[in-house]
Amino acid sequence: MSLLFTNARLIDPEAGTDNAGSLLVENGVIVDLGPNVAMPARAEVIDCAGKCLAPGIVDIGVKVCEPGERHKESYRSAGLAAAAGGVTTMVTRPDTEPAIDSPETLEFVTRRANEAAPVNVVPMAALTKGRAGREMTEFGFLMDAGAIAFTDCDNVVTDTKVYSRALTYARSLGALVIGHPQEPILSKGAASTSGKFASLRGLPAVSPMAERMGIDRDIALVEMTGVKYHADQITTARALPALQRAKANGFDITAGTSIHHLTLNELDVADYRTFFKVKPPLRGEDDRLALVEAVKSGLIDIISSMHTPQDEESKRLPFEEAASGAVALETLLPAALRLYHAEQLTLPELFRAMTLNPAKRLGLPSGRLSAGAPADLILFDADAPFVLNRFELKSKSKNTPFDGARMQGKVLATYVAGQAVYRRD
Amino acid sequence: MVFRQKHLLGIEHLHPQEITTLLDLADQYVDLNRRDVKHSEALRGLTQINMFFENSTRTQASFEIAGKRLGADVMNMAMQASSIKKGETLIDTAMTLNAMHPDLLVVRHPHSGAVDLLAQKVNCAVLNAGDGKHEHPTQALLDALTIRRAKGRLHRLNIAICGDISHSRVARSNLILLGKMENRVRLVGPATLMPSQIDQFGVEVYEDMAEGLKDVDVVMMLRLQRERMDGGFIPSEREYYHRYGLDADKLSHAKADAIVMHPGPMNRGVEIDGELADDINRSVIQEQVEMGVAVRMAAMDLLARNLRDSRSNAPVEV
Repeated sequence: MSLLFTNARLIDPEAGTDNAGSLLVENGVIVDLGPNVAMPARAEVIDCAGKCLAPGIVDIGVKVCEPGERHKESYRSAGLAAAAGGVTTMVTRPDTEPAIDSPETLEFVTRRANEAAPVNVVPMAALTKGRAGREMTEFGFLMDAGAIAFTDCDNVVTDTKVYSRALTYARSLGALVIGHPQEPILSKGAASTSGKFASLRGLPAVSPMAERMGIDRDIALVEMTGVKYHADQITTARALPALQRAKANGFDITAGTSIHHLTLNELDVADYRTFFKVKPPLRGEDDRLALVEAVKSGLIDIISSMHTPQDEESKRLPFEEAASGAVALETLLPAALRLYHAEQLTLPELFRAMTLNPAKRLGLPSGRLSAGAPADLILFDADAPFVLNRFELKSKSKNTPFDGARMQGKVLATYVAGQAVYRRD
Repeated sequence: MVFRQKHLLGIEHLHPQEITTLLDLADQYVDLNRRDVKHSEALRGLTQINMFFENSTRTQASFEIAGKRLGADVMNMAMQASSIKKGETLIDTAMTLNAMHPDLLVVRHPHSGAVDLLAQKVNCAVLNAGDGKHEHPTQALLDALTIRRAKGRLHRLNIAICGDISHSRVARSNLILLGKMENRVRLVGPATLMPSQIDQFGVEVYEDMAEGLKDVDVVMMLRLQRERMDGGFIPSEREYYHRYGLDADKLSHAKADAIVMHPGPMNRGVEIDGELADDINRSVIQEQVEMGVAVRMAAMDLLARNLRDSRSNAPVEV
């Protein structure tokens, strides 16, 4: 069965182009694209009416709350949210209850994901048992069971000896380790970034330097062990020079940032709005602008949603006590498009960070518009305006900081391996 | 007369004119409180609930007396002992109380912003009696009234706030209020007890006490919590007293008629010399306590007027 998209604005992050053309899919794989695609004899034709056709988003660091907290998010609800948000591959986090730290739990998760989610789900596993930072997990078995990377998420391994051995062992297996660059003792208990705003609000705060200390330590360990390393979220300007040096030295290191740190700043917290409490905390505007610049230059490789569902009860608390995190599968694209509409990033630059780079880092064939790549595609209207109503989200949890926000950019259809998994009514 | 607030959550939300309105009314209540019969009917028929999620004897007593003198029905709830221990959330507690139709809720909570959160969920007037490290508006107002009565004005004064600024909601509310009334505020204390980027609040920051007190009209001391004294923030109690404890010698750098204030309870011999604290020529610490009752009466009176107005203007249910 062939599928021909005509009259599309093709966003090709690999070539860095944004041109009109057509794209042909056969048997779930992209076979041809460009201005002159030959029309096959029997094909379903989709007229894109000049809207954008881009690779589906590969989102590293999605939290689905199975096992343990299915009332917050299940594979079904997360999968529907992902499809509606243009995310065709969810790379899931192991910070569940219990943590995904054994081949058995990983197999459970994979089975649930395949049954319930309409998009690709690629699981990550914990770096240490129970994410407790003491003993490494069975990397070998976990990789055989499908673990694509290892991370303790926001639990920083404080024991450097344990950490260095885990990294060495991971290197011997060629495994990717994802770190959370943060000095854990300095940042303990922090709900905000230290500075004028936190002082005015009287909130416990952490210096942005804690992130720089974290990345400095991790870079030293990368140099020591030779491991493949990805920093989950770089959120401060002060951490960028260290990252730049590490890359210039040829270490196998990449870095991500979250969509919230790219599009919001600490002042958005205003009068203690807990939906804006994320981890690490939102930063100052100078940091945000530096991050946008770093995504543009490619210093920061990957933009993630850092989708973290929380129920109403865990957010309806005084700011210090409230849980951290925000749902973002469905707001990742319109939030990212703010940077495009502000003329800070082009569409190919945005999609490089949301599709091509994460796929390359994980060794996945998706995330690009090229012959031979899986037809994981999204068709979207980059300009369509709307006001976000959090209760219309498909996620079970509604904790988005963009509730009531004016946004632009609607996903019209999402395809996984050539099959439509979402169509806007 | 201007006072448009529904709640008193912080000084940050007040207009200078509203501060003046409140202090003028408080002056009248000072006179009332000095009479034999200390009673008014301003809050007659209204119910005032004091919810203290953090221990407090002085502030709670002050609010209780203020409410009773205005004729309110006052109830005290020690929240540490009650349902909060059973895992009930702050909002559930607030909703439960709200169903009992209180008119004034006086709330103290150990977390910054908790009183704001609570105020969003109830339909009575909420007074912040101190939230975490955020604000303690009635303390700043009573300090302002004390200064105004001692100095004859509340503008163009040099005022030094000394000690643990970082953990102090009193300092935050005071520096906002004194700034709004166009005074020059200095903060004096060790760098470990200063909030970050505090210099951006339009204040001058001093680490040396003698320098910081030079020619000031008002010296405001803050309480240093015991748990911060043992090497965590400062090396020791005695080194702190030596460098930042207020004594006659350090006070000699201030103006000859400078007054000494302290929000209480005092640690004599830690942040203030005992004799100086009792010196009636310099210390206005007892006046502060007296003004506290009057300011709280004024605040509750004004909020109750606005509450009654909003209720009488509300559409009548048929």
